[in-house]
Amino acid sequence: MPALDINGTSTNLDVPDDMPLLWAIRDVMGLTGTKFGCGVALCGACTVHLDGQPIRSCVTPVSAAAGKKITTIEAIGNDPVGAKVQDAWRQVDVVQCGYCQSGQIMSATALLQATPKPSDADIDNAMAGNICRCGTYGRIRKAIKIAAGIPSPAVAPAAQPQAPRKA
Amino acid sequence: METKEKVSGSRRGFMKAGAVAGGSLLFGFSLFGCSKDGKEGQNDRKEKPSETAVGQAATAASEPAGLAHDAFIRIDRDGIVTLIVHKVEMGQGTFTSMPMLLAEELGADLSKVKLEQAPADNSLYADPMLGGQVTGGSTSVRGAWKPLREAGAKVRTVLVQAAAQTWKVDEKELSVVGGTVRHQASNRSAHFGELVDAASKLQFPKTVTLKDAADFTLIGKSMKRLDSAVKVNGQALFGIDAKLPNMGIAAVMASPVTGGKVAAVDEQKAMAVKGVRQVLRIEGAVAVVADNFWTAKQGLLAAAPRFDDGPNANVSTASIVADMAKVSEGTGAVATNKGDALKALGQEGGRRIDAIYEMPFLAHATMEPMNCTVDLRADGCDLWVGTQVPALAQGAAAKVTGLPVEKVKVHNHYLGGGFGRRLEVDNVLQAVAFAKLAKGPLKVIWTREEDIQHDMYRPYYYDRLSAKLDNKGMPVAWFHRVTGSSIMARFAPPMVKNGVDPDAVEAAADLQYTIPDMRVEYVRHEPPGVPTAFWRGVGPTHNIFVVESFIDELAYAGKTDPVAFRRALLQKSPRTLAVLNLAVEKAGWGKPLKPIAGRKVGRGVSAQFAFGSYMSQVAEVSVGPDGDVRVHRVVCAVDCGQNINPDTIIAQMEGGIVFGASAALWDQITHEKGRVQQTNFSDYRVMRMNEAPTVEVYIVNSHDEPGGIGEPGTSGIAPAIANAVFAATGKRVRKLPIGEQLKKA
Repeated sequence: MPALDINGTSTNLDVPDDMPLLWAIRDVMGLTGTKFGCGVALCGACTVHLDGQPIRSCVTPVSAAAGKKITTIEAIGNDPVGAKVQDAWRQVDVVQCGYCQSGQIMSATALLQATPKPSDADIDNAMAGNICRCGTYGRIRKAIKIAAGIPSPAVAPAAQPQAPRKA
Repeated sequence: METKEKVSGSRRGFMKAGAVAGGSLLFGFSLFGCSKDGKEGQNDRKEKPSETAVGQAATAASEPAGLAHDAFIRIDRDGIVTLIVHKVEMGQGTFTSMPMLLAEELGADLSKVKLEQAPADNSLYADPMLGGQVTGGSTSVRGAWKPLREAGAKVRTVLVQAAAQTWKVDEKELSVVGGTVRHQASNRSAHFGELVDAASKLQFPKTVTLKDAADFTLIGKSMKRLDSAVKVNGQALFGIDAKLPNMGIAAVMASPVTGGKVAAVDEQKAMAVKGVRQVLRIEGAVAVVADNFWTAKQGLLAAAPRFDDGPNANVSTASIVADMAKVSEGTGAVATNKGDALKALGQEGGRRIDAIYEMPFLAHATMEPMNCTVDLRADGCDLWVGTQVPALAQGAAAKVTGLPVEKVKVHNHYLGGGFGRRLEVDNVLQAVAFAKLAKGPLKVIWTREEDIQHDMYRPYYYDRLSAKLDNKGMPVAWFHRVTGSSIMARFAPPMVKNGVDPDAVEAAADLQYTIPDMRVEYVRHEPPGVPTAFWRGVGPTHNIFVVESFIDELAYAGKTDPVAFRRALLQKSPRTLAVLNLAVEKAGWGKPLKPIAGRKVGRGVSAQFAFGSYMSQVAEVSVGPDGDVRVHRVVCAVDCGQNINPDTIIAQMEGGIVFGASAALWDQITHEKGRVQQTNFSDYRVMRMNEAPTVEVYIVNSHDEPGGIGEPGTSGIAPAIANAVFAATGKRVRKLPIGEQLKKA
């Protein structure tokens, strides 16, 4: 098995060629930020970058990743776009349980690397493969726009509680 | 899971101010008012709070020796305040709201409050509303609202006394801001850590006066989530991320039919897969242990377990529903009986409406598949897991191993979704049973297929309703008979009284609407071979769909606008009426919706009171020529009393609505030949980014007791959608999911 370049470090792994990259990352390398959700590329929790492209590591054999640059959530902050996305995620407080968010951030970063000013349709296309069971989609969309520097409409009244009523 | 029984006893709180140990001052108190041994302050439990379980945000400074491990609060000499959190974080924001309650009264700098997950202990860390160490039922803020603030106030009091004595000034001249005690006149100040030693020698006050709501500096203001940072950089640790030296990782296959037994396993073929360590067999399941999960899965495929299906081999959804339909014709246990609804319904005159509503079995489908890591030794057992019920997990491991409970340590983690799934410990029972056979520590991970097919499901409900409208079209009699599984009879048997499961009839037995004659009954029916469990929104998610849909039916039958109809019946429920009015105003109720070419559009409303919170939702939907439903916009007005963290309230409404909308539109678990027919997100559909509605949340703030927020958003969305579908198409949805029902034959 050729060496895998994960987050800039080249490692020789003694694993079968057909092992999905996800398990090499999680169980062999011990990088647990990349998550297992479905095993069949339906949920996006396992999204990592392969030469900058978002891929579902649960169905990508390590043989297909050899010789390419693999980037996981642990290192995406080293990329200026990735760092902006993480900042925006914190600014909007996107996360709830957080389990899917590594994959969401990897997909969003890849979107903005390719399309710095995405439309709503671009966002839908790039993010529809990432399930969030907590339903944080509205905030993900907002955070992507903030990271992209797309001016958002003035804060919706929804974000401001009304003046307290007399108890 | 609205449990109203409160444990009696005073909230004495701490009588003595803990002890200094290894550079920390430790403050023990109990949510119930006293420790399980009757003493307050310290006891000699050896178990340490779990430090590693919750990642960086919750990792405390190294723990000094000899602590009182029933402590809730620790202050280090460097001024760091640590809250040992009795609740788990599964997305609902407790790891921010709990420290906010404490810091408000303590006068701490919220950014310097660290969190530790409490160890398993049912008596020390029990929720006052639920009577056990449980995170569920939207109880966290409601239960901790007073005790956590009182704890903060008592600790602040001794810190202030300590400063006053040290500086020889009057306590009244001191102020506490941002973790520092100040004496303005002499320009002296000390951070909490500097006062720890002096404070430890003082007695706690018996009572404290809590701040007036007008003086809150944290409560009611949107605070950033304290778990945000570790959840955007991959560092947050979930149960599935546990790592132990030389740990084996197992893939499992349990009998596809509940109660089935393992018949045969090709052990040799499994062992022939490189990296496979062991094949483990318990009565109803097989596990293959390997160096990593993928190899374990390959081994399991090779092992090709076969099962004897057992007594549930012929169970099907059709047979279950047929049985329920039959038993629902009998009389049920009476949950509500006001006036004589049956007589009124049988009388001449007016108009009688009858309907049957059905709701499907549902899986939880948490994003983190079920898992549990076990290190079982002769003298003890450690569990690494994300659970809503640490003490039940501890008890489960003790039961399987025969160890005393105190020998079982639970390292709780962030939960990759709870939604009620992690109120169950079936995964712990299974993992520990396998661990007894395994060489060395064992991590058991369920595949998504295993997770969907071996969930404990939200029960199927079969509801009969009847109402009588007078000649003005207003209801004078209401009858509702719920038929379904009793989760409480298994989970908390004492809650079931006179045959009535309070969860099964919650939000049905006590309507917000004033109707003169009312009767609500419950018929328990346990579906064979289908284990049942709580699901987000619990009882109200079922009953609010049924009640709000039927109310809508009555409104249309009486030719009254559904909002006007509800208003007329809500005159004795002013807070429900207020949120209804707010939601419809913001939604533009009555104004025409923008047409969508080729699709029918409609607006529907729901109103509710559940989990201590009042809510109304208006959904805007469109229905396509093939009967597909799209939810475009949801307006949600919520009155949950005193707001703690408003942004979290909004987030819970947004998320709860998406969660409930997935189920309303698409989701059901069905059985054939005893087997669950759904497998993965392909056939158990979860709403995606491109399908999610815009959600607008309007909060009515007040200084009333806080209400729960994790569950109610999910409860109100299905009826709002179904009522909108009726407005759009004239088709009344009486059975969920909507699925293919609107498809023209």
